[in-house]
Amino acid sequence: MIINHPLLGPCDAQEFTYLGDARLIERPDGMADGAAAAFFDYAYLRENPAGEHRELWFHEQGDRSWLVVTRNTLTHDIISVELARDVARRQGRSA
Amino acid sequence: MHDLTPLTALGSGAPQTDTIGPVTISENPDSALVSVAARLGQEAACARVLAAILGVPAPDVAQFVQGATLGAFWTAQHCWMVDGPDDPQAGLSARLKAELGDMASVTDQSVGWVRFDLQGDGLGVLFERLCNLDMARMPTGSARRSVIEHLGCFVLHRDGGYTVYGPRSSAQSLHHALVTAARSVF
Repeated sequence: MIINHPLLGPCDAQEFTYLGDARLIERPDGMADGAAAAFFDYAYLRENPAGEHRELWFHEQGDRSWLVVTRNTLTHDIISVELARDVARRQGRSA
Repeated sequence: MHDLTPLTALGSGAPQTDTIGPVTISENPDSALVSVAARLGQEAACARVLAAILGVPAPDVAQFVQGATLGAFWTAQHCWMVDGPDDPQAGLSARLKAELGDMASVTDQSVGWVRFDLQGDGLGVLFERLCNLDMARMPTGSARRSVIEHLGCFVLHRDGGYTVYGPRSSAQSLHHALVTAARSVF
């Protein structure tokens, strides 16, 4: 499998490690009301779609960037690749 | 003071050189290596100061640049490695830190890495056997990190040759991989 890194171009999937659902970026506010329930959802509940899935991949043997890879779990097609930092910033999660 | 004899990464008193066919693989113990990671919000300022230190613009994605005395290569977004002769008085890292101040985190990595310089014809074919990198997309001035013999290494395409930086504690394994690949090609 080839992952088209947004900065470095096509890279072999062997260079990456997989973390899981990109929803991990959406960490809830621990000080808000209902934080315990929100953290239960965040830590334990995952969608397991047959189709498009947004995943976190780490370019461990490259530039060590975190990527959000949108992948079709049925066909293994990779639909889009973004830097996780850019995704987090769009959500107002980083300066 | 103890009277200690400095050893190179391969464990002898003098750097080792192997010539295999048209290729020369030489251990280079004289280069200092310092990482520079720009701090949040200081990226542009850090790149400007780094460019002033190098005498050439700071390298862009997957690039390597060589200034008058120091070179630098891109390792990640807003992170670079600076290599070159160590500053005999203060040390290269102290000199960079003095100029960059709070714009960047500066770490001396000289003793963590072993450097091999490879020269000769047909090096592209050699590296195709060693790592994942697409050598056709690695023109002079490129620098990438990849895996050679299970070791995370930086591969730099310099003017007239390649440089490999690998983990110093695995220097002999990396050297063995380079020599074995060269013997299988030439």
